[in-house]
This record gives sequence, C-alpha cells and structure tokens, in this order.
Amino acid sequence: MTTPAFDTARWKPAALLPREDARDGALTFVVAVLCFIACLAGMTALSADRAAQGWRAQLTGSATVLVRPKGDETPDAAAARAAETLAGVRGVTQAAALEKAKAEALLEPWLGRDGLLDDLPVPRLVTLDLDPKAPPSADDLAKALKTAGIDATVDDHSLWMKDIARAGRMAGLAALGVAALVGAAAAAAIAFATRAGLAARRDIVEVLHLSGAEDRFIAGLFQARFARLAATAGLFGALGAVIIGAAVRALGGADGLTPALPVSWLDLLAPIPCPLIAAIVAALAARSAAMSLLRGMN
Amino acid sequence: MVRFDGVSMRYGRAPEVLRDVTFDLAPGSFHFLTGASGAGKSSLLSLIYLAQRPSRGLIDLFGRSVAGARRNELPFLRRRIGVVFQEMRLLEHLSAFDNVALPLRIAGRKPEGYRTDVAELLTWVGLGERMHAMPATLSGGERQRLAIARAVVARPDVLLADEPTGNVDQAMALRIMRLFVELNRLGTTVLIATHDEDLVARSGRPVLHLEQGRLAKAGPTPIEPPSAYAAEAPPPEETAP
Repeated sequence: MTTPAFDTARWKPAALLPREDARDGALTFVVAVLCFIACLAGMTALSADRAAQGWRAQLTGSATVLVRPKGDETPDAAAARAAETLAGVRGVTQAAALEKAKAEALLEPWLGRDGLLDDLPVPRLVTLDLDPKAPPSADDLAKALKTAGIDATVDDHSLWMKDIARAGRMAGLAALGVAALVGAAAAAAIAFATRAGLAARRDIVEVLHLSGAEDRFIAGLFQARFARLAATAGLFGALGAVIIGAAVRALGGADGLTPALPVSWLDLLAPIPCPLIAAIVAALAARSAAMSLLRGMN
Repeated sequence: MVRFDGVSMRYGRAPEVLRDVTFDLAPGSFHFLTGASGAGKSSLLSLIYLAQRPSRGLIDLFGRSVAGARRNELPFLRRRIGVVFQEMRLLEHLSAFDNVALPLRIAGRKPEGYRTDVAELLTWVGLGERMHAMPATLSGGERQRLAIARAVVARPDVLLADEPTGNVDQAMALRIMRLFVELNRLGTTVLIATHDEDLVARSGRPVLHLEQGRLAKAGPTPIEPPSAYAAEAPPPEETAP
C-alpha cells in the first residue's frame, strides 16, 4: 500500500482539542433542554405582561356607580338621573342605568330566585364606559354626582387594578426568574463540563502548557469549544420553544390556550437571541473554569 | 543560561527527591545527566522546563530568577526550552505534521511561515513519508523521532531530552545525537538525561551525575566539542533543517 503524498501547501492546522467527545452529545442535550425551558419562561413572561395589560385596559375602560334614591325618588329614576349626569362628564363615552331585573340578576347567585322580595331595596347600578386614554377619576365622577344632588358610590376598580398590576408584575418576574435560574443552571453545567473536559484532556493541556501556551490561549480553546456547543444547543432549544409557542398560538388563537396567557406571533421572536446568549454564558463559564484550573498548574 | 543554586525539591510532603543541587550550564554547553533510576534526573529536568517549583534554592534561567518571574512571563520562558519527554507526550489526535508544528503555532507563527521548516525537519528525522500519520500508527522509534522534532523545531535556546535514544536502534541513536550536536553548534544549550553509558563515554561531553538526589559530580565543559557522532553516524539522507 502506498502512502498518499502529504501536500504541505494545502495543510491547515488541525483543532488542538479533539473534535468529538462522548460527553458532548449529552451536554448538548442538557443545555438544549435548559435553553428550551428558558425560552418558554421568557415567552411566558411576555404573555403574563400582555395579560396584565389587557386586564388593566378593561378595568380602566369601565366604572360602576351604586345609586341610592333620595326622598320620594324611585330607584329607577335616581339611576336614570345619575346616568344622564355622568354621560356629560368628560371621558365618559357611555353611561347606562341597569334596570331592576338586571340588578336582581346580579344578586341571584347569592340570594336565589326566590330570595328576592319585592320590598327588598335593591340598589341600582349605573355602568360607565370610559375613554381608556383619558378616563375620568373616581373623584371627578363623585363630584359630578354630588353637584347633581345624587347619593351614590363610585367604583372605578382602582382597588382591583393595583392587585392585577401586582399579579401581572409578579407573574412576569417569576417567569424571568425561572429564565435566569435556568441560565445559571446551564452555566453551572458548562462549567462542570469544562472542568471534566480539562481533567479528561489533562495530557493535552499539560503539553500545551509546557510548550509555552499562555493560560488564556488554553482557556480560549475550551471557551470556543463550549461556546459552539452551547450555540448549537441554544438553537435547538429555541427552535423547540418556538414550535410549542406557534402550536399554542395556532390552536388557541390570540388568547392562546387560556386567556390568562395570551400568545402573540411576535412572542415567537423572543427566543431568537437564545443561541447567542447561551454561547456567551457558556464561553464565560468555560473560560472562568479553565482559568481557575490552569492557575493551579505551575 | 541555566543556574541552580542549592536547589531541593519534593513532591507534596514526600521526602526530597533533589537535595542541595548546584550547577551552572553555560550558554552553548552540552551536558549529559546521568544517574540510576529514581536518582532525580526527570525531576531536575522538570524544574528547568518549569513544570515544578523547587522547595528550596534558586533557579536562574536566561539570566533571570524563576522565583521572581510573574506567571504571565513563564510561557515565554518555556518557549525558549525544547523538551523531549521520556514518555514523549505526543498529541494522539494530531498528525505527525501537526505535532511538530505545535510549538510554532503556540508561539503565534503563521502556517505559511513554518510549513516548509516542519516538512524539512520531519524529512530529516526520517518521517518524510509519515507526515500525515497519526502517532498511534507510528513505531516506537518513529514516535521518539517525532518527539525530538517537536522539541527542536522552534530552535530553542535550551534543549532538554529525557532518555531520547531509549526506543531507537544504535544507528538512529547516533543520528539523533548528531542532530543534538548540530543544534548545539548553532548555539543551543543541551542537557540530555540518559542511562546509556556507552553513549556518554563516546561523546566525551561533561556529565552531571545524580546519586539519590544529590549531584555527585559535574564535569567541565570542553571548549571544542568532540566529533564522535559526526565521525560514526551515517550521513543524513535528506537535507538538514
């Protein structure tokens, strides 16, 4: 058998670390799963924020007024007068007095169909649609009612608004926390793999070290290797999350599978930076682990 | 070039493997390092190529104290030292060509600048037809020659060799010694650890002899190096690097 001629002119330096490692497949899978979870958490954070914004918009765009009749005025007449008064307030787009039947229907779940007596003083309600861009405050509405001599209580849902805003913030923060935690887990996994890789390749590292390679040169080899691995894993993880997100959007429409977490097509762009972020996190983790171990050598 | 002053060394808490070693290798000198197994030859070499630190004493390399050197200076000192390890330490995933090119890559040289040098050196050590071969496919002697080529390719100021002729026949041993002599003539300081008393005797070179970690004798450096290897070794078939 003749040996093929070695063409030095076409020679390209080979990779200083072996290209394949039995652990690489498993590590790629672990990082891909972590990236997938992080991407889903990120998309959940966006959905939670959108849901909270939607709830806020709904509440900001409406208010309820409880009207108590005065003197000889019937409850229906008082409610009608209140609706008329409030319709003239700036920012109120519609004001409607709830008829007795509708008011009783609201009480039915608590009192039952037979529980409502004719002489029970059922309060009348006036529902208001407000301009969401410039809604009047509860004080503005109360002032208008007082000026018209109507005894009423205004509920602009501000109490609920605070709770909903807080709930939305908490859901978003929780999702971001999960994403950060998963990112940290990925970094830890890569740091562990770097240490294992350095230990497994100690013979190579020592030869490089004793041949005059600087620590940052050797660390750079591991950094580049794990950055490539994490970028690939990040791509797979992001792709998985996008597929799941797209399926949820396609099956559930704009509301997703639940109105509590509405999904937008734009949310599917959120995982795009994942491979880059994964590569940066992996590079930093690998470099830090490698430098720490190399400093232990003479 | 290399100066040891009262150097001792131990591994961890084990007893000292080198004790109070003092010697001075002048620039351009050629010494043998002899001693029984376990006498401390490899440990002494590892101190020179900066793989270990002494537990006591001072080491000067290239006119500067190793103890006073910052960590980021050590790689540049190591690049001036070529080492032929006893166990060769070839990178098994790299071809013969890539193994020899390694020190030049680490030194930051461009492939265009060293391709020819590496090829010529491999040809000179008799591996011209095996440049693409992986170390695992080479014989013991070929691996030894490959390790030597890697150690000398960057034209180091100091060449250390730990039993460099242990796995080769006498003809190849003489040829390798010729390479060392040639490098020495070009100004490289050479220190060769060996058990081969015949090789040492024929060379007429000064000897550092270790006994149980102590330096027993250090001969003078001859002004004119003897030409025993040049006279006895077969002439190289290929062009010298």
